[in-house]
Parts: sequence; C-alpha cells; structure tokens
Amino acid sequence: MSYRLPHPRFVRTTLALAVYGALAMPAFAVGSSVEDRLKALEARLAQIESENHSLKQQLKQTDQKADAAGEQVEKIASQGITSKASWADATQFGGYGELHLNQLKNDKPGGADKKEMDFHRFVIFMGHQFNDRLRFFSELEVEHNTVEGGKGAVELEQAYLDFMLTDNLSVKAGNFLIPAGILNETHEPNTFYGVERNPVENKIIPTTWWEGGVGLTARLGNGFTLDGAVTTGMKADAADKYAVRAARQALREGTQAKNPAYTARLKWAGLPGVELAGTVQYQSDVTQGNDATAGGAKLLETHAIVNQGRFGLRALYAGWRLDGSGPKAVGADRQNGWYVEPSFKLNDAWGLFARYNRWDNQAGGGDGVDSSYRQFDAGVNYWPHPDVVVKFDLQRQKAPMGKDEFNGFNVGIGYRF
Amino acid sequence: MFHLTRKLVRLLFLFCLLAPSRAQTADLEAETQRFLTEAFTQPPPSSSLWLTAEHKPAVRALLGHDYPAARLRYWRSGRRTAWVLDEIGKEMPITVGVVVDDGRIERMRVLAYRESRGWEVQSPNFLRQFAGAGLSGEQQLDRAIDGISGATLSVRAMTRLAKLALWLHPQAMQKASPP
Repeated sequence: MSYRLPHPRFVRTTLALAVYGALAMPAFAVGSSVEDRLKALEARLAQIESENHSLKQQLKQTDQKADAAGEQVEKIASQGITSKASWADATQFGGYGELHLNQLKNDKPGGADKKEMDFHRFVIFMGHQFNDRLRFFSELEVEHNTVEGGKGAVELEQAYLDFMLTDNLSVKAGNFLIPAGILNETHEPNTFYGVERNPVENKIIPTTWWEGGVGLTARLGNGFTLDGAVTTGMKADAADKYAVRAARQALREGTQAKNPAYTARLKWAGLPGVELAGTVQYQSDVTQGNDATAGGAKLLETHAIVNQGRFGLRALYAGWRLDGSGPKAVGADRQNGWYVEPSFKLNDAWGLFARYNRWDNQAGGGDGVDSSYRQFDAGVNYWPHPDVVVKFDLQRQKAPMGKDEFNGFNVGIGYRF
Repeated sequence: MFHLTRKLVRLLFLFCLLAPSRAQTADLEAETQRFLTEAFTQPPPSSSLWLTAEHKPAVRALLGHDYPAARLRYWRSGRRTAWVLDEIGKEMPITVGVVVDDGRIERMRVLAYRESRGWEVQSPNFLRQFAGAGLSGEQQLDRAIDGISGATLSVRAMTRLAKLALWLHPQAMQKASPP
C-alpha cells in the first residue's frame, strides 16, 4: 500500500484554516467580554457623574447657606457698629501719659537747679458715638501726679459734642482745643521729638489751650480744611505782665464770658507728609474788660510740617499783638516766637532731631529791655512700638538778664493707646 | 460784643443748613459698585474667602489683631483681585477698596471714612503712594508711605489694610474655584 502525501495546496488551506480558527475563536470570545465591561464602566461613570453633580449641588447649597449665615452675622455685627445699640461698642477709651526726668542746671547766679522727676501728664480719653453723625469726645488729665499745695492739676482738657452735618462739614460745641499750632491738637508724646513740648508753643500759643464755645470744620477738598470757632476769651492780667500763657481761663468756675474770641484756621495737607497751616484769632478784650489800659488782641500763627522719607522738618511762627497802653508799658503788646526743627529717622524705631527756639513774651519796645529767650535742643526718640516712646535730649538755654537759664538734659518715656 | 457772636453763630448754622448734603445720601454699597466698575470694566461676580484657623495667625501678625469678620468678599478676574476691607483708625472703622494685580497694589480707594480727623487719607495724592507696592519677606510694604500729620492712626490703618490685601491675594488665587 502506498501512502500519498496530501497535495501541498490542501495542506496550506488546512493550516490557514487552523490558524484562522485558532485566532478567530478566542477573539470572538474576548470581544464579547470587553463590551460588557465597557458597558459596566459606562454605567459606573454615569452613576459617579450623577453623584458628583449631586455633590456639587449640595456644595453650592452649603456655600449659599454659609454665605447667607455669614451675611446675617455681618449684618448683625454691622448693626452693632453703625447703630451703636450696645453702650460698650459705642464707647471708646484711650489715653496717653509721659514721665519726665529733668537734669537742668540753673546758670543764673544763685538760681535753683531743676533736677526733678515728674509724671507730667496722665490722660484718659473717653468718647461715645451716639449715632453715625453725633459723637462725644473728652480728655481728662492729671498733671504732675498729685494735686497738693497749689501744685499739680486735674484738668478737663476736652469735652465736646461733635455733629457731622455732612461728610465734609461738622460742628462741635463744648470744651475743645483751639485750632492753632502743631502740638495744641496733636500732643501725644509719641508724635513729637523732645522730652518737653517746645517752649514756643508752650509760651506763645499757649499749648495746651482749650476754650468753651462752638466750632465748625469744613473740608474744602484738594487737601484744604477750614476751621472756625467762637469761644470764651482770655483774661490777661497786668500782674502777670499780660503773658498769654497765664491768661487762659481754662473754663474753671468763674470763667468770664463777656468778651469772646474768634478763631479761623486754614490748613492744607494736599501732599502726603506735608501740612501748611495758618491761624488768626481775635480776642475782643483780652482782659475781659477788667483792665481799662488794655483791650483787644490778635494772634497770628503759621507752621509747616514736611516729612519726606526719612527727613522731617517742622517750622512754626506765632505772634500776638495786644492793644492798649497797659501791655505796651511792659512790652507785652508784642509776644512772639518761632522754631525750626529738622529731624532724621534712622529706621522705624530711631529718630534724631535738633531744634532752635526763640520766644519773647515782652517783645514790644515799651520797656526797653531785652526779654527774649533762645533755646537749642538736640536728641533722640526711640519707639519700641509705634505708640510707645523713650526720649533723650540736651537743652541749652540763653535767658534774658535776671531770668532762670536752664541747661542740661532731659529723659522721658511716653505712651498712647 | 455778644451781638456779633449771635450773628456769627446764626451765620454758621445757616451755612451748615445750606451746605451740600452729599454725605448723608452716600451709600457704601453704591461706593463699592463705583469702585468695582472703575477696577473692572465688567465687574465679575463676588467670591468669598473664609478666614479659617490656618489663616488667623498670619492675619493677626499683619493687623495686630484678628479681622472682625469670618468671611471676606472679593472679586477676581484673571490675575487681579479686588477687596473691600475694614480697619479702625482711631475710633471708627475705615472701609477701603483695594485692587491687587499679580501681587502688587494697583489702586486703593476709601469707600467710607467715619473718623472725625485724618480725612486726608482719602485724597488721591495720599492713596497714589500705595500703587505698585508689594509685600516684602518680612510681610511689610516694600516702600515707605509718607504720613499725614495729625492723622497717624488713620495712615497706619491704611497701611495695615494694604498689607492684608496683598496677603489675601495669593490665598484667593490658590483657592480652587470650580467653573
């Protein structure tokens, strides 16, 4: 029997079929499984999308609820701020104080030195906001720590009602500070150089100077502010040589209100770090009619403040003219002074200054005596916090003949809050 | 002499009555809208940033105290954010609008000023100083701001708000905001 090999074509076809079958059969089986899985995945994805959508909706609702709750809380809080329903929210307290050490030798022959420590000023501010337009402000001060034997004082330096008529116009009534000079209205110790306030504003303006009456403040735009006030006047006395510092009535009991004073100030602060201002005041009778040899008086004050970067400069002039033969006879018909104070801030915490002051409370020619004082100060301020200051300065004075002449140094600490 | 005083007082009150009363009708919301329209041609919808426990220490370091709200409203468009923030100057809160563009202040505007002094902080000349300012590594403004004499506290409040807005800007930019 002979064995015949299959025809090669048959072999090829069989092989091809076998290979195809081998490849195609599993492929058919796998294709069906992928489709199922894809379908399953699609279903899962749709479910996740739906869940995600639902979660997003929930998140949005939660956000909306949170926002609504936040708005409500803020609304309640803002009602607290603006309507001032609560006394505590509407009442503000603050204060400032300064302790001074003076180590000054009196160069007048036989004169007493001034080597003293003094808690010069302890002040409490209290303000109350009645509503958005009407507020009260006050400043109560204990000077020189205690009140004993004619020394020290408890003073109500400010206590007034301020009514905002518009954003740009307000009127105040009560006991307030006269808008004159640099320190009279802004005198917290951290705001100026030197342990003691400068002598020109002290003796000539005279700071701290408050009166009772009504005042108006108008913000004119472009950096201009106009202040006007009608207040109680001064009561100068021949016994004090009509010195303006001694003429303040300070609204104590018996303050005479026969002859008022009229004050106007124009201030420009249109550039950052710059203030230019001028004040005129007319006293209708500077002795309140108690001295027939005296009469009206006029104050003219002008100052400039320039702070640019680290450099600072303050310059001020103030001068009085008193009518009548009485003031003229003692040279008090002219009382004036000026100072220039350049300064330099080394950084936020340290600043250096120098100041030249000149003043004269009997600058008129009537008495024929040189009565002018000169004082040079130089020193340093250190602010460990913007509201707290430690000060040191050297003082060199040149006093007229027969007057105390204090030379030495001063150290001070001060704060405000 | 008091005859003249009476006349003057009468004149003062007449002046007060005749003076424009723009302020009385001034509305914070209207000021805010004006500020936003100036900042964005088409103001975007507002968003909220909640001051959570993790934000509070940084805010306290910038302001010296906690911010008196738990939620801050802001507006964002691209790299720019706008904020409306409050801070007390001496006694009353000052409301300020700040626009920050890519970490630098673009503009600042006072929307409501309630203090009786120091109103000069509202002047464009003062506010212009903040334009371009950023935060230094020590969380301070990278430039000196010239103050206003007699308005030190208001100036300091404005500086604190500028720093706060600059610090808030990246927080808003990082915040995931689903479309």
